Amino acid sequence: MLKNLLSKISPEGYYRFTNAIIPWLLTLSLLFITFGLYQGLFVAPPDYQQGDAFRIMYVHVPSAWISLFAYSVVFFSAIVSLIWHVKVYDVILLASCKLGALFTLFTLITGAIWGKPMWGTWWAWDARLTSELILFFLYLSILLLHGSFEDKKKAASAANILAIIGFINIPIIHFSVEWWNTLHQGPSVIKLSAPSIAGDMLSPLIITALGFTFFFFGTMLKSSQNILLDYEKNKLWVKSI
Amino acid sequence: MKKRSARIYYVTFLLIILGFVLYLFVKTFNENLLYYRSPTQLVDGNFPENYIFRIGGMVEEGSLKRVSGTKKVSFNVTDFKNKVLVKYDGILPDLFREGQGVVIRGHLEKDFFVAEEVLAKHDETYMPPEVQESLGLSEDSKSKTMESISQ
Repeated sequence: MLKNLLSKISPEGYYRFTNAIIPWLLTLSLLFITFGLYQGLFVAPPDYQQGDAFRIMYVHVPSAWISLFAYSVVFFSAIVSLIWHVKVYDVILLASCKLGALFTLFTLITGAIWGKPMWGTWWAWDARLTSELILFFLYLSILLLHGSFEDKKKAASAANILAIIGFINIPIIHFSVEWWNTLHQGPSVIKLSAPSIAGDMLSPLIITALGFTFFFFGTMLKSSQNILLDYEKNKLWVKSI
Repeated sequence: MKKRSARIYYVTFLLIILGFVLYLFVKTFNENLLYYRSPTQLVDGNFPENYIFRIGGMVEEGSLKRVSGTKKVSFNVTDFKNKVLVKYDGILPDLFREGQGVVIRGHLEKDFFVAEEVLAKHDETYMPPEVQESLGLSEDSKSKTMESISQ
């Protein structure tokens, strides 16, 4: 079953399956994000030090989480695509790269907006911020490398190898705040001890993070459908749609 | 079939190499990727005058002095083992206060540190003001900032 999913998945079957689930994903994301942001921006108490300024984390943290998660999807697709040469995973890789790059940019921008009043600077070349910037360039390089080949098969394998090598950056981003002295604070939620964030501030964060995840899957699948239709535009099943 | 298993070995090989590179990366940059030094490192190491670098620590309670009518301030930065006197002439970030973690860029003069830029280092603790007041949790959050500074 799993093997079939990895190696035998047909473009047409993928298209029909994603067509069925995309509306659900987008509806769920709308519900979760609306509720989570309402809770986060209006209901959650202000922070004891930062006042209301901390509320930017309800968009900054989920998009940072997606910027890393999207790369895990890229990494997984790259491995499957490299071993089994499945077109669908090549398309997922491209779509995840595009979405990942957008979320990374959004993370960097919201972080800078928070950093100016709180730290006193828009940008610092510390390990966390720099590795996140490298992630942004990594997404762009994979897309550019893929686009620079005429032959789709060559493009896919070149992009796959770069995507696999680039995965080294993901643990570096996550652990940078623990391994080195950085200006960026350490993790508040994903760590071994209890979260160092009050419960009524944490729950909206988890809800928005879930909403962002649904949004990522919904838009990523939609984007992958478009790329797939373009790849297969001469096939019979596309013409019949 | 044969070709595919060759590719599986190839990917596995790539992943092992990747893990090894990550290990070397972390080992190599353990010292070099420090964004700032602590006051203890400042006392131990010989930093030449006019060498611009960053120090990080906590603003010592009761050490903040302002020169009235100017933007000049002086305060001690401590990691609870050693401390260093810092002089600064400029605008401080919102979060700056006594007991706050700071990262300061500047250079060393004879017995004090001349700051060019003062940044507030926030810790990872978030809580409502009432909780902080009633539980006196600020001590807890301070020790967390100290942990992240002196690791």
